[in-house]
Amino acid sequence: MLQRASLSLEENARRIRADILSSIYHAQTGHAGSSLSIVEILTYLYSVVLKYDPQNPAWCDRDWLVFSKGHGAPALYAVLAAAGFFDASELMTLRQLGTRLQGHPKAGLLPGIDVSTGSLGQGLSIAVGLALGFRHRSRHNRVFCILGDGEMQEGQNWEAMMAATSLRLNPLIAIVDRNGLQNDGQTEEIIRLGDLVEKAQAFGWYAESCDGHNFESITSAFNRALTADRPAFLVANTVKGKGVSFMEGVVHWHHHPINEEQYAQAMAELVKVHD
Amino acid sequence: MTKLKATRDAYGQALLDLAAQQNDLVVLDADLSRSTRTDWFQKKYPQRFFNIGIAEQNLVGIATGLALTGLLPFATTYAIFIGRAFDQIRQAVGFQRANVKIVATHAGLAASHDGGSHQGTEDVALMRAIPGMTILSPCDYNSAYQAVFAAAKHQGPLYLRLQKEPTPVITGKEEFEIGRCYLLRGGSDVALVAHGTLVAEALQAAERLERAGLSAAVVDARTIKPLDTETLLHATRHVQRIVTIEEHNITGGLRDAVAAALRLNPPVRVEGIGLEDTFGESGNWAELRAKFGLDASGIASYVLQRFGIPLQKAASVLNRS
Repeated sequence: MLQRASLSLEENARRIRADILSSIYHAQTGHAGSSLSIVEILTYLYSVVLKYDPQNPAWCDRDWLVFSKGHGAPALYAVLAAAGFFDASELMTLRQLGTRLQGHPKAGLLPGIDVSTGSLGQGLSIAVGLALGFRHRSRHNRVFCILGDGEMQEGQNWEAMMAATSLRLNPLIAIVDRNGLQNDGQTEEIIRLGDLVEKAQAFGWYAESCDGHNFESITSAFNRALTADRPAFLVANTVKGKGVSFMEGVVHWHHHPINEEQYAQAMAELVKVHD
Repeated sequence: MTKLKATRDAYGQALLDLAAQQNDLVVLDADLSRSTRTDWFQKKYPQRFFNIGIAEQNLVGIATGLALTGLLPFATTYAIFIGRAFDQIRQAVGFQRANVKIVATHAGLAASHDGGSHQGTEDVALMRAIPGMTILSPCDYNSAYQAVFAAAKHQGPLYLRLQKEPTPVITGKEEFEIGRCYLLRGGSDVALVAHGTLVAEALQAAERLERAGLSAAVVDARTIKPLDTETLLHATRHVQRIVTIEEHNITGGLRDAVAAALRLNPPVRVEGIGLEDTFGESGNWAELRAKFGLDASGIASYVLQRFGIPLQKAASVLNRS
């Protein structure tokens, strides 16, 4: 669970959003839109679902997360800080020379990062290998994988989907951050993804969609996914840039430095008086 | 008559023998197990074998996941398909320093009748460019067998390049020392530096050259990366020419590796025999190698030409085996 467990999930999510913006503003580089859309999912995973120990990041019984949409790293780092893996002050070193918070997650540097990612479309295969390996070794570690929706354009994902079904892997849960946008525009205008739930079902997975910013919706989806008898695919419908009015749904905010005025406005929207 | 055995068969046998002492060993293939000999392992240890189907990128990703759980995966395909999974080898295996062993059979022109689309002649160049990747290319059955055990002991990303056809057995049963090249034959006029099954051709070429009056050293570059500069310098300290020989494109492979290793202390220029910026084509392996000058006769001709020894004079020498 997160360190500020007495706070609500919504409150934790809000603070994580503020940390994301601060780190990206300070770095003057980073994927704000992609990081903001996945906040509730990550908050939920690290508050309620994942088995982990920030004092012992290598705990052999921990659950594993493959953060395949690696460019959303600012969100992952903010949540790991909130979970106690390292001090939140280190978030200000994002993307700078010598940092443990590399532009895309790098295993072996920062506690809490188990798998290096960044080249889209590769994470799900690694997640399949992890699930397969744990089963082979008769271990009970669960495997989770967070993907971008644009990322689903990469064919390797579908190789992994077929393999997971063929190998009857379970538990293996993939969550797609369906924010509808990619670097160059809307996913449905570039290469249409269509109904990802149907596609995943056709590949033999349990699949459903949920509101990726509503904890009730997320909770019931995860409850079903975690008890499915096959690999589970959750499509989290989200808004890119969620939480900052001028970023929501705007392609520009895939990757762009935030200026002082924009930062001030964003933080005013996020930071509450009694903080 | 020297016995002829295939290095892919050595791989198949070594996996079987390794399995008993290495509990964490698992083997993967991408629908080529009946050619790569991983089917031998599959038959005896079906629970430890995973056929990922025609999906090399997924093969490498899954192998990475397996390695992260503490298993020792050997992921197998043809040398030509290494390119298919290059980003995965670079990112999932190399960048992360995952303990994955990537094994490729049918290296070079071996796919023969299948033609250029199946002949893996750029794989060494690709693997060399990945930081931290160890590259092994054993010269015969015995060396390949030992290389599998050495690979299993080695921690980190490793690429093992093997052959399809039976070739002469020229080494004994000594352990495979990663990182070392071997001077198989001393010589003072020219040094032939080869890897894989062309080492046997280089040895035969050296004998022909001797009859033509040239003293040829032969170096077995069985570890291409990291390259044993010390042995190379020692083996080439007297020669007038260094000639690398590889069943691979002349770009990015052994020739470039040797030239790079010797660049600060170049005894002489490094030249090489390989595919000259061309793809392969259909044919049988022997005639393909002959076409590209990659057999004993071709190697000897090349060297004699470079030394200005008229070929007519040497014809009788070249034509005798």
